[in-house]
Amino acid sequence: MPEPVIVAQNLVKKYQDFAAVDGISFEVAPGESFGLLGPNGAGKSTTMRLVGAVSTRTGGDLRVLGLDPNRYGPEIRSRLGVVPQADNLDTELRVRENLLVYGRYFGLPRAQVARRTDELLAFAQLEDKAKSKVDALSGGMKRRLTIARALINDPSILLLDEPTTGLDPQARHILWDRLFRLKEQGTTLLLTTHYMDEAEQLCDRLVVIDNGVIMAEGAPAQLIRTYSSREVLEVRFGSDLNADVAAQIAGMGDRIEVLPDRILIYSENGESELVRIVDAGLTPITSLVRRSSLEDVFLRLTGRTLIE
Amino acid sequence: MTGTDQRTGARASGPLGAFYAGNARSVMLRGWQATRSTNWLVVVSGFFEPIFYLLSMGLGLGALVGTITTESGQEVPYAAFIAPALLAVAAMNGAIYDSTWNVFFKMQFAKLYEGMLATSLGPLDVALGEISLALLRGALYATGFLVVMQALGLNLSWWALLALPAVLLIAFGFASVGMAVTSFMKTFQQMDWITFLLLPMFLFSATFYPLSVYPQPIQYVIQALPLWHGVELVRGLTTGQVDAGMLWHVLYYLVMILLGLIFTTRRLRTLFLD
Repeated sequence: MPEPVIVAQNLVKKYQDFAAVDGISFEVAPGESFGLLGPNGAGKSTTMRLVGAVSTRTGGDLRVLGLDPNRYGPEIRSRLGVVPQADNLDTELRVRENLLVYGRYFGLPRAQVARRTDELLAFAQLEDKAKSKVDALSGGMKRRLTIARALINDPSILLLDEPTTGLDPQARHILWDRLFRLKEQGTTLLLTTHYMDEAEQLCDRLVVIDNGVIMAEGAPAQLIRTYSSREVLEVRFGSDLNADVAAQIAGMGDRIEVLPDRILIYSENGESELVRIVDAGLTPITSLVRRSSLEDVFLRLTGRTLIE
Repeated sequence: MTGTDQRTGARASGPLGAFYAGNARSVMLRGWQATRSTNWLVVVSGFFEPIFYLLSMGLGLGALVGTITTESGQEVPYAAFIAPALLAVAAMNGAIYDSTWNVFFKMQFAKLYEGMLATSLGPLDVALGEISLALLRGALYATGFLVVMQALGLNLSWWALLALPAVLLIAFGFASVGMAVTSFMKTFQQMDWITFLLLPMFLFSATFYPLSVYPQPIQYVIQALPLWHGVELVRGLTTGQVDAGMLWHVLYYLVMILLGLIFTTRRLRTLFLD
């Protein structure tokens, strides 16, 4: 097995008494696409900052590209690409200038940066916008420009903090397509998300984080197999009735979760559970049978939903 | 652990390694690009401000005042008395504007430094780059103003040529301290305090009349403030009243520069590389 590019062991980051990251361990192999999945405030972004060598760990051990970020910050940062959660593009510069200037921050030669800029504008599908002002771009375009900017130094690892949060579905799919291409080209991706579909699309492997600790680790499909059933039946009886009905159908399926707006019944066969409910004389307002997702894994592990 | 580091060939960072990548140039380049594409009008407007002051007060008011006696006992026309002070004030204002409001905006809203410090740049690169840009702007204003002074016959000595580096020193001092102070500011209200402090300093630092009009205790207060040192330094040079005591003014600014840079670098590190 090739040497991992990121190794975290019992990684801890404390702010005063609060531990944002509380002893997490994981490894990322070269070329792997690794995800940190968790709700807001779980410690994902803090972990990203630690790996990105812009934050100093309080405890544990961390190696990025074989180096200790506490001592080799600039060296590590020169080989990373960073896509922060909130866009921090340079709004005083035009689209193309954003890439040119950013490349110079890495001390790269002008000609090399110019060549790379043209490639990346094509990759981000922003060639027509090269001379536009940044503020004139749509949300999806800004994200693509931020990703292009992060690639200007041909990084060994690309860090993406919530890459598609706040984008409309179409823009998200375009972005996923771009990221998937990077993955195919062998770029190592470390990404955080609270969207399970994003994690399923992009991550080879992921850890589920909550309150600064790792709840589970594995490939998306494997996690679903381990922590959830094959299918889920979602039924709604109306907000007032859900709790009463839940008592009546207790024991159905492998497991039942009662949420404020719906009841989830975990089972190998959702349709047959629905038949049993109807046979019991109950009539749900709506019903839906779907495959289990990482959302269900998270619910199982923490008793909470990812997006609250 | 050490083995891994050697294998990847990374050199151990020196004492400045985490702070400075020797690439402040790229930060200046960015500022130059930004100025070119968005705010060159603001830059041009700053050039005229001290000239307007000079024309209205120096020539207008000067016609009423006549001549004035400097600290060293030399009698000079009123315009020649205040012109060097206005030059020092222009250097201060330019440097302060660039290092406070501009920096505040870039830090709080544009998240510009966050982006820069995610690259191999260190906080000292950012600080030096931004301050150098402010200096470059200060140099442009100062050169223009000195040319105007020359045209109006207000440079009384060849020492006036040294006013240019002196002005840069003053601008460097204010920019460096201004950026350090700004890095602690969180709201617009706090930023207004800076303006609140600068205005009286501008008016009372022996800018428009000699220090000797004040009672002794007030003189000490004025002499403790940075602008007075700047005014005296530049005035000494443009009026040709040069003596070794002026080196104290230079030293004052060197200390300002050093303290400002240290605080700015440490503060940027705390803010963006915690």
